[in-house]
Amino acid sequence: MHIAGLTGVELTLPIAGPGTRSYAFIIDWHIRVLLALAWLAVVWLLFAGMDLLGVGRGWRSPFAVLGVWPAVLIYMLYHPLLELLMHGRTPGKRTAGVRLVTRSGGVPGTAAILTRNIFRLLDSMPFLYLVGLSSCMISAQRLRIGDMAAGTVLVLETAASAHNLARLPALLAQTGLDPGVLDLLNELLERWRSLSVEHRDALARTLLARVNPALSAAALSALGDADLYQRLRSLLPAAA
Amino acid sequence: MKRTVSATASAWIRSRDKLWSEWFEVLHTRPRHLRIAQAQKYIEHYRALASDLSTARRLMPRSATTAALESVYAAAHAAIDRSSRQTRSGWRALFRLKMPAAMSALRPTVLWIALLFVLSAGAGLWLITQYPDLIGLIASNAMIDKVEHGQLWTEGLFNVVPSSLASVQILSNNIAVSLAAFCAGVFFGLGAFYIIALNGLMLGALFAFTHQHGLDGELLKFVLAHGPVEISVMCIAAAAGTALGESLIRPDAATRRESFQRAAARLGPVLVACALLLVVCGFIEGFISPNPGISLPVRAAVGWGYWLLMLVFLRGGLSRATLDTPPGAKT
Repeated sequence: MHIAGLTGVELTLPIAGPGTRSYAFIIDWHIRVLLALAWLAVVWLLFAGMDLLGVGRGWRSPFAVLGVWPAVLIYMLYHPLLELLMHGRTPGKRTAGVRLVTRSGGVPGTAAILTRNIFRLLDSMPFLYLVGLSSCMISAQRLRIGDMAAGTVLVLETAASAHNLARLPALLAQTGLDPGVLDLLNELLERWRSLSVEHRDALARTLLARVNPALSAAALSALGDADLYQRLRSLLPAAA
Repeated sequence: MKRTVSATASAWIRSRDKLWSEWFEVLHTRPRHLRIAQAQKYIEHYRALASDLSTARRLMPRSATTAALESVYAAAHAAIDRSSRQTRSGWRALFRLKMPAAMSALRPTVLWIALLFVLSAGAGLWLITQYPDLIGLIASNAMIDKVEHGQLWTEGLFNVVPSSLASVQILSNNIAVSLAAFCAGVFFGLGAFYIIALNGLMLGALFAFTHQHGLDGELLKFVLAHGPVEISVMCIAAAAGTALGESLIRPDAATRRESFQRAAARLGPVLVACALLLVVCGFIEGFISPNPGISLPVRAAVGWGYWLLMLVFLRGGLSRATLDTPPGAKT
């Protein structure tokens, strides 16, 4: 999603698809079910202790009013409350790496969050959020009906942080590498274990040849997997 | 050429050392906790960040540096572009301006929906009067059994649970029904019509059924204190749902989605008002309606008095009366 920033420089926010959305929802669903069940268990134990479980029947019995209804409220208010308190995030969204923003890229206000959550009634119909998921798959910005009503979008939160950015100039000055090579080096070291030995060695040799053109092809091919890793590591300062 | 660009990028990044370290400090401060001078500094940093992102996009389009700058820029943008806290003036505007304006635009729809409710109630009344056996489709066996034994299903309802707790349960149930009537309007208004018609039919049918067993007076006594506002609020919520459906049928913006969003934002204050009215209704239904000691005239006074208060509230009259008063002034 491209948004005109307040300075005129465009802001790019990657939109979360139905998969990421469902992943976040499933985590949140488990948390709210556990919270509601925990409340029910506590009230049940209290009532059992005071021998009050048999008093009254149906939805207006003391156990239903003090146990079941608050548990339903916990379940229903989980999303609106946490989205408000955590500025468009919930524990599930945080784990899935997504957050809720307005169409202008800002933090959604109270009205938007409440509207979005009121429409859960509709999105969850007829079962398993079928309406919401279908709407997500059809719409270009992957929106459920609640998002359309509230003017919100679920976007991916990128892992790159201000901390990485702050230490970058110093890192370039210390290593003398150019930014492109530094990117490649960081990425290769990060993915070292997940790559096959053959591939990572080939990539390491290419990178070392680029950093140090004086190294001959024969010298590079004589280096083993562990040596190549050490050579690459030594290009970065010890703390990096 | 490539080397020149790379050297330029390298030199540029090194020149940002001090500035980016400062950002790291500033961007970690919660924007709500900033003083005015700090907030101004934050805006300056945001501007500088935008400029740096622009440069990074040009010099090294697919680099980790650009990605990090994008991420930091997005975070700074989200921190700046947020609505103000709902202050007292915000609430004042909601009840004095937005809600009355939305209600005024909604008035003809509310009247049509009320007519639909009355017609459905009439249909339910006629149906059960003509075909008494059909009550099995509307009421549960327990309810039918109780009425056939000369008792309303509402009797004994509040003997076990304190009225306050029962009220909370009633009001949350009523709010859920009203929200459902609103949301169902998305189906081009048909969902809202369905909910209103069904509720009208049920009310009419239950009155006809209790009339057959001589309990209609008791039922009227029970609903009189809370019914007028409860039914009106349901009609208002359904009218809001119909307006939502209309925004899809006849969009008033460039796209249907935009029109839908505008309608939802416009109708939001009406829903807030409905929820507040239902909270009081829930307490009336919990404390006054089941109390056999309260006479019919008192119930009628409470029911219609609250209904009149609702009209004044929906016109913004109550907030005008309370909020126009300057602080410290005697009323």
